[in-house]
Amino acid sequence: MSFDDDLSEFHAIFFEEAAEHLANLENLLLSLDISQPDSEKLNAIFRAAHSIKGSASTFGFPDMASVTHELETLLDHVRKQELELTERIIDINLVARDVLLDQLAAHQGGEAVPEQRVTDVIAKIRAIATQEALATCNVVSIDSMVTTETKQATSAPTTEQNSIRVSIERVDQLINLVGELVITQSMLAQTAQLNQVSDEPIDFERLQERLQQLERNTRELQESVMSIRMLPVSSVFSRFPRLVRDLAGKLNKQIELRTIGEGTEIDRGVIEKITDPLTHLIRNSVDHGIESIEERIAAGKPAKGLVTLTACHQGGSVVIEIKDDGRGLNREKLLAKAIERQVPVPENPTDQDIWQLIFAPGFSTAETVTDVSGRGVGMDVVRRNIEQLGGRVELSSMTGKGTTISIRLPLTLAIMDGMSVGIGENTYIVPLTTIIESLRPRQEDVKSVAGSGRVVFVRGEYLPLVALHEVFSLIPHSDRPDQGILIIVDTESGRAALFVDELLGQRQVVIKSLESNYRKVPGISAATIMGDGSVSMILDVSEVVRLAKRPPLACAV
Amino acid sequence: MERQPLQDGKPRTGQEFLTFALGDEEYGIDILKVQEIRCYEKVTHIVNAPGFIKGVINLRGIIVPIVDLRLKFSLGSAEYTAFTVVIILNISDRVVGVVVDSVSDVIQLDPEEIREAPPLHGDLDTRFIKGLATLNERMVILMDIETLMSSPDMALVADAA
Repeated sequence: MSFDDDLSEFHAIFFEEAAEHLANLENLLLSLDISQPDSEKLNAIFRAAHSIKGSASTFGFPDMASVTHELETLLDHVRKQELELTERIIDINLVARDVLLDQLAAHQGGEAVPEQRVTDVIAKIRAIATQEALATCNVVSIDSMVTTETKQATSAPTTEQNSIRVSIERVDQLINLVGELVITQSMLAQTAQLNQVSDEPIDFERLQERLQQLERNTRELQESVMSIRMLPVSSVFSRFPRLVRDLAGKLNKQIELRTIGEGTEIDRGVIEKITDPLTHLIRNSVDHGIESIEERIAAGKPAKGLVTLTACHQGGSVVIEIKDDGRGLNREKLLAKAIERQVPVPENPTDQDIWQLIFAPGFSTAETVTDVSGRGVGMDVVRRNIEQLGGRVELSSMTGKGTTISIRLPLTLAIMDGMSVGIGENTYIVPLTTIIESLRPRQEDVKSVAGSGRVVFVRGEYLPLVALHEVFSLIPHSDRPDQGILIIVDTESGRAALFVDELLGQRQVVIKSLESNYRKVPGISAATIMGDGSVSMILDVSEVVRLAKRPPLACAV
Repeated sequence: MERQPLQDGKPRTGQEFLTFALGDEEYGIDILKVQEIRCYEKVTHIVNAPGFIKGVINLRGIIVPIVDLRLKFSLGSAEYTAFTVVIILNISDRVVGVVVDSVSDVIQLDPEEIREAPPLHGDLDTRFIKGLATLNERMVILMDIETLMSSPDMALVADAA
């Protein structure tokens, strides 16, 4: 590895480009139809390999150049139709791609790739390129390689990308918008100045008009700036065809992955954080959801299972849906498991109640823990990760027909919808995603339970009453729930009724960190700045509910 | 250390200190830690925070905690008048505001003008005092504001919780 001082500043660009080419290479390989390969695609694959080779040798990464060189030779034969495209060629290409990705990670400070692995791949590519016929005996070894390689690929250190690529169009749009903003500003200034000089009464209508224009400009600019951070979900989705292909091969199942709406855009920060939960959910669908070929045929289903991954915009959020046509969740098995694990189950549970059980910590429904799923992160972690992003997970299932999991995510991490509530003189923000409804209870619906506070009877259910003024040691307008408002929230700590004095209205709030200059405050997730410039705290509802379950705070003033 | 003569002919090398009043006492802090000085404005209370942490303000889009040193050291009446000021400090990449009774002056002190503080028993630990200086027959207590603000006593940093 030679890190030339003169070239090092270009290395970052090379890393980014090479990673892009490799991702592209994988996508193209997986989309190839073996019986009738599209020559355009074959050319594109060749070009991707060629580009990596070219820049790798330019920037002084001979190890990557040597692997791509072999790959290029093989692809050239295929491209010129001197070699027939086989599953094996695709396999070895994928293996080589993984090696390249690991080499790339190694250059970025990751673990070095064992020499043996590199020489193995090179030898295998050569073998296929020169003696396609003789390669038959290598099939097994290549297959076993595929699986081991993928394991290594997933454990390879993921390097953070700190730069973003923005299309010129978007930058131009921004410049246009800023231009308009400047014009509006000068128009406003003129309107105001005119009145100052000529002593005329202020033309309020005109001023109002300009202000409206300013508001529109600001909103457009805000949207435009936000869109810079947006990425299409295809950047996550694109890794799943490979995952499904490898898993299906390993589990001896036939599975088709269909992706819809890859163009849907979502904040980079959200993308980075949903990759792991999504991978887990897809593994689950492939491993537990889709049945074996025999089972499917016996059930009268097509042998090939279908996993559909959909992304779409719905209001101010993005919904990602993972749907399989597998066996669905088993009510009896879940119930039995819940009893065995002593997870509390409501009386006469509905299907929905039972499906919620799989989100309980330590709840694995698989009879046997396979090495594909059933270990590592559980559904509880998936749910927690998504809730931390301000999102929600919903699950529906039909025994024998399949399972659908939908994840609702905010478009961005910087802005969220909140309900502002008043407690005494203070204003707090409750994230809208956690709110189910709000109501004013009748006096007789609120009951006290000795030693554990109060409960409220809402739609046939007793919910714990969490008085925010008690949790936060504030002075409320009224201590009587029938004079205030109850906000029914759904959190990972269960449902609860938050008791506040009044609802002040729904608004979009910009999230500001409290921890950058202060420290974490129990029950508060962040702060925001209100229209009048004052600061309001955003509640961490799950934590508030948890805090309320404990005896009065020790650190109370 | 190089000495640079000033216009009055008196050589000065010293550090500059911002002096302010807390009750009847006068304190000084390293001026390089001061970002700006503002009027006291309405703060947003932080739940379950110690009493001397008044709350947070919005300083041009940044959330800044405000500490009332008069409450922390039980000095003065901690009233909020038109003269009450907030010194915004920049300490190890954090921004924090400190409420004081009034800002007095910027003074320059030579190292030899700073005397070591005798051992004290009180709210303000000797650890947080750089030294004492005399200025026109007034005593100025030089505070090590950085150590003070990052200490667990102030409960401003995560570890302190």
